[in-house]
Amino acid sequence: MSKRNPEYDFAWCPGCGDFGVRRALQVALEGYSVEHEEPQRNNVIVAGIGCSGNMVHLVEGEQPFGIHGIHGRTLPIAFGVKMGRPELNTVVVAGDGDFLSIGAEHLGPAANRNVDITAVIMDNGVYGLTKGQSSPTSEFGAITTSTPLGKIEAPVSPLKNYMAMGVSYIASYYSSKPRVLAKVIQEAMNHRGFSIVHVQSPCTTYNDTYDILKGKPREGIKGLAYDIPEEHNPYSEAAALDILNQPGIPLGVIYKQENTTLQDRYEKLQERAPQRTNDEILDTYLLKI
Amino acid sequence: MDKHDFVIRFAGEGGQGLVTSADALARAAAHAGYFVQTHSTFPSQIMGGPASSQVRISTTPVLSSGDGVDVLVALNQYAYDHHYEDLNPGGVTVYNAEEYDLPEGGHYFGIKADELAKSTGNARAANMVTIGAVAHLIDFNLKEIDEFITQRFTRGREGDEEIIEANIKAVRLGVDVAKSTGFTVGQLEAPIPPDYDQIVITGNAALSMGAVAAGLDFYVGYPISPATTILVWMENNLWGKNRFVHQVASEIEAINAILGAGFAGKKAMTATAGPGFSLMSEGLGLAWMAEIPLVVTSVQRGGPATGLPTKSEQSDLFTSMHPAHGDIKMPVLAPGSIEECFYAGALATNWAERYQGPVILVTEFGLAERGENIRRPNLDDVSTESRTAVSDGDTDKRYDSWDGTTSLPGMPTPGGPGAYVANGSEHDEIGDTTHLPHHHIRLTKRRFKKVDLLGGAHYEIENAEADTIIMPWGSSKGPAREAYDRLREQGEDIGWLYSVALNPLPEDVKDVLKSGKKIIVPELNYLGQWSAILRMEGYSAESITQYTGMPFRPADLVASIGERIGTGVTT
Repeated sequence: MSKRNPEYDFAWCPGCGDFGVRRALQVALEGYSVEHEEPQRNNVIVAGIGCSGNMVHLVEGEQPFGIHGIHGRTLPIAFGVKMGRPELNTVVVAGDGDFLSIGAEHLGPAANRNVDITAVIMDNGVYGLTKGQSSPTSEFGAITTSTPLGKIEAPVSPLKNYMAMGVSYIASYYSSKPRVLAKVIQEAMNHRGFSIVHVQSPCTTYNDTYDILKGKPREGIKGLAYDIPEEHNPYSEAAALDILNQPGIPLGVIYKQENTTLQDRYEKLQERAPQRTNDEILDTYLLKI
Repeated sequence: MDKHDFVIRFAGEGGQGLVTSADALARAAAHAGYFVQTHSTFPSQIMGGPASSQVRISTTPVLSSGDGVDVLVALNQYAYDHHYEDLNPGGVTVYNAEEYDLPEGGHYFGIKADELAKSTGNARAANMVTIGAVAHLIDFNLKEIDEFITQRFTRGREGDEEIIEANIKAVRLGVDVAKSTGFTVGQLEAPIPPDYDQIVITGNAALSMGAVAAGLDFYVGYPISPATTILVWMENNLWGKNRFVHQVASEIEAINAILGAGFAGKKAMTATAGPGFSLMSEGLGLAWMAEIPLVVTSVQRGGPATGLPTKSEQSDLFTSMHPAHGDIKMPVLAPGSIEECFYAGALATNWAERYQGPVILVTEFGLAERGENIRRPNLDDVSTESRTAVSDGDTDKRYDSWDGTTSLPGMPTPGGPGAYVANGSEHDEIGDTTHLPHHHIRLTKRRFKKVDLLGGAHYEIENAEADTIIMPWGSSKGPAREAYDRLREQGEDIGWLYSVALNPLPEDVKDVLKSGKKIIVPELNYLGQWSAILRMEGYSAESITQYTGMPFRPADLVASIGERIGTGVTT
């Protein structure tokens, strides 16, 4: 978008993980559109507030529709888009602060509804745009501008939270391999129901975790990130919980569940719902005893 | 003595069938050709607690719940103690003699409704015993009550006939008791039945019906008194292809969901009351900034905080017009009668589409839950407007500069041409973030200029040559009108000004305001919010305020307006 608008006054820092996520999201959106023979304008990106929210303006190629709304409210906005226009591919992009702190209250309802949207969460463990405050996923004891003596809250475990709330598709990845990430995001878009792709997307300015995630293989230091073994059965809740209870950052699809979506359930209700014209509704109020 | 209207109040405890009694009498009277208006007050709890429900029956359309009470049915001592002062001179109390006794010699009599009902063989007919006593006191045609009973209990079940017979008998037993006391409050004049189809409906139902008639096809809401009945109405009626209705998890979800739906092309609404409206503040700001069509109905109750959830107050006008941070002045519609609720529901939906932005529809507890018989609206007369679409060659003007001299550029819809970002940050033509001054200047102007597109709401101007003009808003219209009529009958030279649209005001209304007359605003709040807004806009206005949680009584307004005219005292 910046090509069309030289005045656009937002840029990610060099090396920001969100660049990789952007590449992956573009490939996934294009792939999804080709796969379903739909124009790009059938995609809607609902963005949160923060560095990651600017994704909606920074995606290159043909512009999808987007909403750059309010801090923490991506899920209810996306719910409104999807239930108003079920045929639109609706994708949320948000950061860990937006999604897991101010917006945490919307996770449960979205999961209970199994509303058919995909959330791509960029987790950098810090509030970057406001210059380095503690976020829900910052480690215990983390020194940040808002916790100068160390963070005294336990960090949120996003994947365990998603699992506990009943999110029907949970994947975890990092920003460093956009092509693989694109496939995971596209699969999440194809999943019928509420899907979350939780991406470790390091902040090079305030919380550079590249080395911690990937390690330093040449120096023999192992990173936290590891590929989920191929034999993992994502349809097994027990297997998913096993992964979640391991240390480290799993890369891949952790959990999948086939379930009806809110749209499916709503269409069932429509079959038994009263189908009255406006005049018929009004006539129920006619003066009679 | 013939009288053209009566107020009958049933007072007791919640759950004693007070509303049912008032409603039964209202329906029987409406069916007979009278105009009726009910009004209930109850505590914020499911059952019990002091409550009352009344009906005003009149030969002409009822404007308010009246001054006093002609017949008080007091089901317990507390009810009697707290309501007898509201009796009009000559008014009579019917008290529940199974519950308590009153000393001899007063303007009342006791009735043992339960005992008499049992003697009919139907213990559940106690309400009908009381209604019989009331009917005798106002000389109401018993045939109408018999017909009411017959229709209500003809349900195609075995035993219908026995139930009907017992209920009719119960009415006669009540009549006999009242007759034996010799009391009467006068004779109700014969009705002048209207020659059009009528509906009996509440304000919340009328508003919902109006919105749906204008094409509303997306509703989400969260339960909150006194707006809950709109959610319930929608859940029962807003079905069918391409429509969606759902109860969401909070008011924050509700406003954001209709933001998404409005963006996606739906005609979307939510309804709430004070506390929920406060939670919607940030979302309303986004709707204004990103120019998303949607309607938020705010059914006022007493505030602040939890305040008075089931009482009357008009204290949310400031917050309706300026609900969020930043330069914002929302379009506001405030209907003042049940009929106006219907048309305001439709117009709010159309306004949102017409100017591509949020519209606030403000009502009030007293209006929301009261029942009234009104003319059945003709749905073919309700216009339905939809936002202008964009064509393929015209796709980069979503947030174009706009000065009102041309028609407003169209609004792209997802799936169609003109992809853009609906952006809460200041933006350029296609919604990219930019904080450069010229964009903020041109779009601030655009957002305010668009409001000028909004007209077509009902307004009233009468005797505008007078030096003093009464200008109520919203639900205080009815009692203010009654007071105005009485003062005019007394020969007072005062004028009348009323507008359903509070922003923007119709030009004709502004012309009267500009003439520099003294504007008196009766309103149910402490601050005098509407007169403050008028003064801010440079007009000369003062308020008559009341903050008791109850609607105005016309007689009180006659007195307070009279004082203002006579002495020129200002607040």
